[in-house]
Amino acid sequence: MILGEEDYITEEGEFVVNMGPQHPSTHGVLRLKVWLDGETIKKVEPHLGYIHRSIEKMSESLSYRQYGYLTSRMDYLSAHINNLACALVVEKALQVEVPARAQAIRIVIGELTRIGSHLLWFASAGLDLGGVTPFFYAFREREAINSIMDENCGARLTQNFMVPGGIVYDVRPDFQSRVKEVLKQFKDNFHEYNEILTGNVIFQNRLKDVGILTKEDAIAFGCTGPTARASGLSCDIRKMYPYDGYEKLQFDEVISTGCDSWARYEVRMAEMLQSVRIIEQLIDNIPEGDIVAKTKNVIKLPKGEFYQRVETARGELGVYIVSDGGASPYRCKYRSPNFANLSAIPHIARGYKIGDLIAIMATIDLIIPDIDR
Amino acid sequence: MFIKEYFGTIFKSIKSLLTGMKLTGYYFTHLNKIVTEEYPDNRATLKMAERFRGEVIMPHDEKNEHQCTGCQSCELSCPNGSIKIITKQEIQADGKKKKRIDTWVYHLDMCTMCGMCVEACPTTAILMGNEFEHSQYEKKYLKKVLNKPGSRLKDGVE
Repeated sequence: MILGEEDYITEEGEFVVNMGPQHPSTHGVLRLKVWLDGETIKKVEPHLGYIHRSIEKMSESLSYRQYGYLTSRMDYLSAHINNLACALVVEKALQVEVPARAQAIRIVIGELTRIGSHLLWFASAGLDLGGVTPFFYAFREREAINSIMDENCGARLTQNFMVPGGIVYDVRPDFQSRVKEVLKQFKDNFHEYNEILTGNVIFQNRLKDVGILTKEDAIAFGCTGPTARASGLSCDIRKMYPYDGYEKLQFDEVISTGCDSWARYEVRMAEMLQSVRIIEQLIDNIPEGDIVAKTKNVIKLPKGEFYQRVETARGELGVYIVSDGGASPYRCKYRSPNFANLSAIPHIARGYKIGDLIAIMATIDLIIPDIDR
Repeated sequence: MFIKEYFGTIFKSIKSLLTGMKLTGYYFTHLNKIVTEEYPDNRATLKMAERFRGEVIMPHDEKNEHQCTGCQSCELSCPNGSIKIITKQEIQADGKKKKRIDTWVYHLDMCTMCGMCVEACPTTAILMGNEFEHSQYEKKYLKKVLNKPGSRLKDGVE
């Protein structure tokens, strides 16, 4: 690697440290180059490209039925919602009416994915900041959610449960009772998370007033999702641009004005309960009927550009497709939430200690394969 | 004032730690609430979900007959080219030539278990199996031929 001018150490006591690409707290292969003055961070520079798989380019050689499955490998914790975005953009282009039953099942599984994703974030945030025990309590509920996915979709992480126009196959007859069972378990055990991690004063002190992201900065860096909502920015796509039947549902957009890591923690914890509320409205009212709208065997999109955004567990995912009228996209671009959220880290980490960088990364909740794609 | 605050924080921290420890202690003493599965030891009782996608299988009946007509729609629907079907011309009893499969090659090392091949199959000749322990010492063992030697197409399947 060629050293630039800025890599030379100018002051006494200043040095450069590589965090990653194989660092347990980066949850993947993200490399952060950190300029330090003693323990204080002077500058952070993220280096990307360690897990680049050229998903956008690969999509250009796949059909509209196939290209969605690659997005499960982007943000693998909200794989179902990513697949939904891909299906929605095709439906929007073809102007297909999705059956009500398929819509309801999509939302229920999507919100279960969101709870599962936030549970894994809760587990790993505790783990990053030195608490190993919360991990096991969060994974107990996550395992229950994963087994629902396993029974109904056929896989635990990369569900691939979506076709343009609906879902692949109908859910099992015991779907409703199983979801209710898991939700009851989740609600009964939610107080344990507060006892073991939220109420812990040591954990609170590590997050409070650390990593201040102001509302102006959140807008400037393009942050979305819980990260931006903790800075007081209202940006829930489910509320602002409702898609796939979210407009019929009652739920609150969780917004905090704390702006620090603790606010981001609280927003995510509250979002899990909102997801439970959404599922409870739907689970008894899943309409009967078809599960997939009729589409042609080989789907061809009309000539033009199509864009669809959805709210994943980490923010706004946008799928942009340029079609030349053929059976596969001419160009496919994903606007991933984690890439924008990562760009805020160098700004908000400046001036804090190196240990606080872990807290900032834990609460921004980065998924590295989504950054590189 | 500073000392009071200092010790106050310490006591609060210890109290919150003990609250967490109480929860751990509860599960430590209630052994019937343990939820972990000890995976390699519970192999005998482990039951995967019915729809779990572990590998592609081709069921054969007792007469060693399968239902694959060699239409290659699975090969076309596979997004990463893990299926390769080699066909041959077979002379039937009535003297007519018909297309039949020779080898149905399945590259397990490339498969992502998306299940699109099973969805595309018009004769339900292939299914997703539940087997998930695919570890091998060498990559060559992951290339499989799914139609059994000497098998033929079931009568009446077109």
